[in-house]
Amino acid sequence: MDVKDIIKPENRVYSKSPVLTSTIMHYCPGCSHGTVHKLIAEVIEEMGIQEETIGISPVGCAVFAYNYIDIDWQQAAHGRAPALATATKRLHPEKYVFTYQGDGDLASIGTAEIMHACNRGENIVVIFINNAIYGMTGGQMAPTTLIGMKTATSPYGRDPKLHGQPLKITNLIAQLDGTCYVTRQSVQTAAAARKTKRAIKKAFENSALGKGTSFVEVVSTCNSGWKLSPVKANEWMVENMFPEYPIGDLKDR
Amino acid sequence: MAEQILMKGNEAIAHAAIRCGCDGYFGYPITPQSEVMETLMDEQPWETTGMVVLQAESETSSINMLYGGASCGKKVMTSSSSPGLSLMCEGLSYLAGAELPCLVVNVVRGGPGLGTIQPGQGDYFQACKGGGHGDYKMIVLAPSSAQEMYDFVDLGFELAFKYRNPAMILADGVVGQMMEKVELRPMKPRWTNEEIIKKMPWATTGKTSDRKQNVITSLALDAAVHERLNHTLIEKYKKMEDEDVRFESIQCEDAEHVIVAYGCMSRICESTIEMARKEGIKLGLLRPITLFPFPTKEIDRMVPQLKSMMSVELSTGQMLEDVKLAVNGRLPVNFFGRLGGIVPSPEEVFEAFKKSINK
Repeated sequence: MDVKDIIKPENRVYSKSPVLTSTIMHYCPGCSHGTVHKLIAEVIEEMGIQEETIGISPVGCAVFAYNYIDIDWQQAAHGRAPALATATKRLHPEKYVFTYQGDGDLASIGTAEIMHACNRGENIVVIFINNAIYGMTGGQMAPTTLIGMKTATSPYGRDPKLHGQPLKITNLIAQLDGTCYVTRQSVQTAAAARKTKRAIKKAFENSALGKGTSFVEVVSTCNSGWKLSPVKANEWMVENMFPEYPIGDLKDR
Repeated sequence: MAEQILMKGNEAIAHAAIRCGCDGYFGYPITPQSEVMETLMDEQPWETTGMVVLQAESETSSINMLYGGASCGKKVMTSSSSPGLSLMCEGLSYLAGAELPCLVVNVVRGGPGLGTIQPGQGDYFQACKGGGHGDYKMIVLAPSSAQEMYDFVDLGFELAFKYRNPAMILADGVVGQMMEKVELRPMKPRWTNEEIIKKMPWATTGKTSDRKQNVITSLALDAAVHERLNHTLIEKYKKMEDEDVRFESIQCEDAEHVIVAYGCMSRICESTIEMARKEGIKLGLLRPITLFPFPTKEIDRMVPQLKSMMSVELSTGQMLEDVKLAVNGRLPVNFFGRLGGIVPSPEEVFEAFKKSINK
């Protein structure tokens, strides 16, 4: 049997979701963004909600998320995505509205907007990519940067006396009565990615049920910012990030 | 006879919003404009027209809620006062850059900083010259009565959607707080989602299979694309200057001197004109209704018949610069202003005017 005989649509066990565009992603090889984008696209496809979903992209590496997921998008000012999502969902209660935000966007400059959107219990989905660094601007310290971690603005390592402690914002979000589902996941293995996909799907389903805000943190790698190979970055994340940001549900009701 | 109700300028804004088919109001309390959101919450329009009213956590958030709502092609608005507008400037720049229509009301108080809660007109530069970053303009309407507070809501939305650009009502604490008779205009229904899809094919209404995705963004990293975007915006602002300059001339036909004043100061200067006329001085009043686009051409037209012009403002002289640009050195352009919430009397303005022409 020739290879050409094998590569036929009916023999495929896996294909790219049609909700993902064919645009080549600008993300660095090894970055978690691409995987999370794929999972979101697959959830939208499986739920059949491509026409009903509006995404809000952040400022940061994922600013161009709209180039990769084939839905309507609004590109927000830095940190303000939850405000856009609030208005969009309230004016279009029948739509699925999600924000996609990094740690600088959500946990630093946008702290007020995320806390209040979650506290109001907006029926939106929040995807929070926590890679403990500012990727797009060249690897500066993020609110979630670990103690001792070296970045462009903490070149001698994050010192709590100088920079404060890592902000576990997801733990704070879980305390808010407006949130119905708060979980922390990762995508470094196929098994982890499957769990994250289930979490994202549940979040979108909650949105339709009007249960409140669903918040999915994805503990992620930024191997370029961390100056590690993709494989080493995954190992480093498991060893160092997971103890600070443990994987699992913080709230599910 | 249409229904007339005695109300504050701020209350007129709220009633107009409900009655002109506004989809959403997002705001944060600040003196002297809190009656806008208070009236809306009291009226509960979500029960009648379906209009959304939400108290946001900050002005930063309310302006970004406008960005979200406007992206959906909805008629959305906010109101605030000077310090709140400073917080909104980032959002206004994004709204202008993403070419989104919305209405922002600024009931101006005295600044800078926390300033005073008394009336002021010191936000002219912020409203007309940018405020936020980058090359952008807003349509700026200056009401001088409670009726205009009401009417400019609908007009503001009309112009905002005509140009896909933020529009601002630049009021002041006097116009916001004073009570006058206001005629309520007939109810206009809110646009249906079908109408929005037809009118605003660019809006994020959900990507259907018959069209490409809609993306609302102000980001353009390609230099040529970004330059083109800026030129598109400039063309739009030029069109505003060609088609939508609004002003009122009072006794300007035979005038030898003209006072330029807007908002509450134009009301006071109307009395000053009467005083001057009684003394045989041919004084007229030009009241810009749109501060951007500014009635530059009208001033240019008037210059040959005039001996002087005078800008009267509750500021240290901001509109003055636009008057001077229009006059372009051909006439003396004088200025009179009070600050700190002190609103001058017509007599005080008249004395200042006489001093200015006799110096």
